[in-house]
Amino acid sequence: MELKTVGKQNERPSANVRQRTIAILLSAFAALAALVISGLMIDAEDIGINLDMKNQAPSLQHLFGTDWLGRDMLMRTMKGLTLSLSVGILAAFASSIIALSLSLLSAWNKTADNIVTWLIDLFLSVPHIVTLILISFAAGGGFKGVVIGLALTHWPSLARLLRAEVLQLKSAEYVGISERFGKTGWWIGRHHLLPHLIPHLLVGFILLFPHAILHEAAITFLGFGLSTETPAIGIILSESMRYLSTGHWWLAFFPGFSLLLMVIIFDLLGRNIRKLIDPFQGQGR
Amino acid sequence: MGSGKFIKYILGKALKLSTLLVAVSILSFTLVSLSPIDSVQSYIGADMTRVSPDQRANIEEYWGLNDSSIQQFMSWGAAVLQGDLGTSLLYRDSVAGIIAERFAASLVLMSTAWIISGIIGFTLGVVSGMREGSLADRAIKGYCFILASTPAFWLGLLCLILFSVWLGWFPVGLGSPAGILEGDISLLERLRHLFLPALTLSVVGVANVTLHTRQKLLEVLDSEYVRFAMANGEKGFTLFRRHGLRNIAMPAISLHFASFGELFGGAVLAEQVFSYPGLGQAVVEAGLGSDVPLLLGIVLFTALFVFTGNLLADLLYRLVDPRMRRGM
Repeated sequence: MELKTVGKQNERPSANVRQRTIAILLSAFAALAALVISGLMIDAEDIGINLDMKNQAPSLQHLFGTDWLGRDMLMRTMKGLTLSLSVGILAAFASSIIALSLSLLSAWNKTADNIVTWLIDLFLSVPHIVTLILISFAAGGGFKGVVIGLALTHWPSLARLLRAEVLQLKSAEYVGISERFGKTGWWIGRHHLLPHLIPHLLVGFILLFPHAILHEAAITFLGFGLSTETPAIGIILSESMRYLSTGHWWLAFFPGFSLLLMVIIFDLLGRNIRKLIDPFQGQGR
Repeated sequence: MGSGKFIKYILGKALKLSTLLVAVSILSFTLVSLSPIDSVQSYIGADMTRVSPDQRANIEEYWGLNDSSIQQFMSWGAAVLQGDLGTSLLYRDSVAGIIAERFAASLVLMSTAWIISGIIGFTLGVVSGMREGSLADRAIKGYCFILASTPAFWLGLLCLILFSVWLGWFPVGLGSPAGILEGDISLLERLRHLFLPALTLSVVGVANVTLHTRQKLLEVLDSEYVRFAMANGEKGFTLFRRHGLRNIAMPAISLHFASFGELFGGAVLAEQVFSYPGLGQAVVEAGLGSDVPLLLGIVLFTALFVFTGNLLADLLYRLVDPRMRRGM
């Protein structure tokens, strides 16, 4: 990607797009920060059982309504989103590290590259959710299994992207010159490949969040994960199914909608950061 | 296309499939044997206290739990090669039979949703690509981005609230009504139970095809031959039919074939929401109920399913697109 330095000049005339992008980024950050802070401030008392207030429809006091034990759904949702967020960070971080290591490994030689490609194909060959169920079972169920599963399964698409980038870089002239000068593969990886991969890695890291969060909700919804006490979005939604036929629509609507909002915020964040740091994507439609 | 080359291609794919299945079975078997869940206990369930240590040892002996995991894998693998996937612990029936029965139900659901989402997705993509920048384009694009962030099962729940609870048009669950024999269920009744899960799955599947089709159409519209056609006065639907349709149909169809994995993932969630008795529900039950033979069987089967989708996409490209034939 030798054109990357040229991209900086392109950014000047489109200052408005840039300002708008930064504005979107800042508001997305603010929304997420607000979520985390409010999630941390909720303690067990706020989501405690309060039988006087059970099955309340949404009102000013309880914006999201209350459930059959009188627990405030807004608080439970916030707590669940914070949980999703932390699981998402863990999963995205682990998967980015795996993707980066594998893509650097594929620069080593043809055999290593074949192994990496084969591994990617192997992981994409089974539906994602089936892999998650399998890993969750292997870890003996429970929340640990869900987290391990999420952390170990989100790398293939990012690894594929980074690998393509590495292969392209490897054929660049300056890498060839470094090789002739007798630089080791390690040196080339550190000085030529890694700096180019960092922006992709950052964007990939953030765009992994939506996937990880949605999968976390899906797998807890299916019943893999902690007991029903834990306010995870998936668990809240699967519990709500028992009360839908009696008309308690708010139990399902608001938690799911909040999850959707959070996923969209992360998606916006990733896309706009990519717009800022990758001139090719910035021009894209 | 020479038949010799075609045979070579098929052989290559068969080799790839067999190595893939071997790898998937080794990996999934390793994962399952790592599990700390006691298989004897999950087999016996609540009656565990009535089983003496002697009986327990007998069961372990009978199942070969005392063998090394490599020996266990070998005996399982040998049985699988002969077409025997073992016996499900939950259903007390042959795994192959359960998979066949459940997959038939899932296949009806998935193929309905697959076809509907393909047609709607393609149409939306074409509309949005032909009118780039218009209100319709922005609406469709926004709709797709929101859809891509929507949890599939939440959408299912919303459909359930809207159509079953509020409007009362559709039943709340189960693939067939309770209390009626399998043979007595009318086709209409089956369709009524199929509708909501299929609707959910179709809506979820639209986003990918639409965005892809739109992107491809924009690329085609940027080309010199389209510019020439426009200079000749062609526009609108005629322009699209003459120059766009054939160029974007293939990528869209092959992308749609290659999305079998996501389709199955969506079906797992939709079946859970609507308690539709398909393969997706079976894999969840197998995972939760520690039914190892069924779990392994379904993992292998889904790998085969996804592979078939990718193979069909690839084959279609090679058979239909004249530019690809030379490469075969």
